[in-house]
Amino acid sequence: MAINWFKYSSPASFYSLAGKLIPIFSVIAFILFAVGLYISFFVAPTDFQQSEAYRIIFIHVPAAWMSMFLYLVMAGWAAIGLAFNTRLSSMIATAIAPTGAMFTFLALWTGALWGKPMWGTWWVWDARLTSELILLFLYIGFMALQAAIDDPRRADKAGAVLALVGVVNIPIIYFSVKWWNTLHQGATVSLTQSPKMATTMLTGMLIMSIACWMYSIALVLIRTRSIILERERHTMWVSELQRAT
Amino acid sequence: MFLWVIQRDLLLAMRQRADVLTTLFFFIIVVSLFPLGVGPEINMLRSMAPGVVWVAALLASMLSLERMFSSDYLDGTLEQMMLSPQPLSLLVLGKALAHWMVTGVPLVLIAPILGVQFDLQTDALSVLAVSLLLGTPVLSLIGAIGAALTLGLRGGGVLVSLLVLPLYIPVLIFGAGAVEASSAGLGADAHLSLLGAFLLASLVLAPWAAAAALRISTE
Repeated sequence: MAINWFKYSSPASFYSLAGKLIPIFSVIAFILFAVGLYISFFVAPTDFQQSEAYRIIFIHVPAAWMSMFLYLVMAGWAAIGLAFNTRLSSMIATAIAPTGAMFTFLALWTGALWGKPMWGTWWVWDARLTSELILLFLYIGFMALQAAIDDPRRADKAGAVLALVGVVNIPIIYFSVKWWNTLHQGATVSLTQSPKMATTMLTGMLIMSIACWMYSIALVLIRTRSIILERERHTMWVSELQRAT
Repeated sequence: MFLWVIQRDLLLAMRQRADVLTTLFFFIIVVSLFPLGVGPEINMLRSMAPGVVWVAALLASMLSLERMFSSDYLDGTLEQMMLSPQPLSLLVLGKALAHWMVTGVPLVLIAPILGVQFDLQTDALSVLAVSLLLGTPVLSLIGAIGAALTLGLRGGGVLVSLLVLPLYIPVLIFGAGAVEASSAGLGADAHLSLLGAFLLASLVLAPWAAAAALRISTE
């Protein structure tokens, strides 16, 4: 059965598809958060060196992973919107930015909360923390630029150029712990080697990561629906929707 | 055409020398503010000096970015330039280089004098000058992208700063780091090579991104 995926590049059809998908992703996210938080607090054992405070890793690492991942997804959709001149792709990119910024802030904040008991300092200017801070500035710059431009199509394309220029920061964040001698610990989890952390902790962390991912998808879909309604408010299908509700 | 763009921008800048000199004096004043704020303790000033000079160079370079495209945009010359058969990225490269000659080069020339105010030694001063020489063109080139994206927008200089400063940060880190590394005896080669790499990469990529941004901003 061949699905014509391109049908969903029209805001009208995507609107109804998103509406059906949001409950699914929200429920999955909720369940995974419940399971993940249960594992984080009750199942994962007390760490040998860091005692109970290490449990912040179950929020810090998923938030940091999502901050980088969402930026890449945002830049990807923005690039598609710029290259193919599609409205919906840019709307999705605009919808991703606030969630990405939130996760970046969360990663920085929870990192500081971890740093104070563990290393004795809220902040240090090492490569990973600095580049994550730059990532926050890039997200905010993207949102500021789009907010400053009145014409939505120009805002889409200008934001796309900015997002693509900033995408070079992501590999820097990711590889910063390898390239520089930093206070932040190196990679504990890798695609090619066995993980250097206890299995229960790893499972908890992965479940929380997927939970954050499902949450992000649900939230981005909700936000995209709002953006679609706002931008397409002059069309017939939106006015029919308004009359129906 | 490329040389013509540079010549024209330099001529226009010379006719309005006030703009150029204001940027330079802003740089001097900002650098002079720091000792007044943190106190005259000479060892602290000496260790702060590279960072202070570099941050001031960033701010001065950023404040003059609007001049790159806005006056041409307002009187229609930019549109004519975009209609010409020459590639737009070449024109942008010319404008960025002219901007550097007008704002960056005076900074490079005056930075050693300001470094003396902070009691930097001669070799530190020369590394500072070289790092600025390599770094200020990068600031102009990356700044061209920001200036092109925010052409004609309200929010003005602050918006450009918000967009462009995160992209400037690596240049700042390695530029100031070069002087600190040489003062610490580790040698500035690594930092200066990275600055050189930034310069080469931005020479190739920034005009292209800025040209795309110009097309978006002027349609």
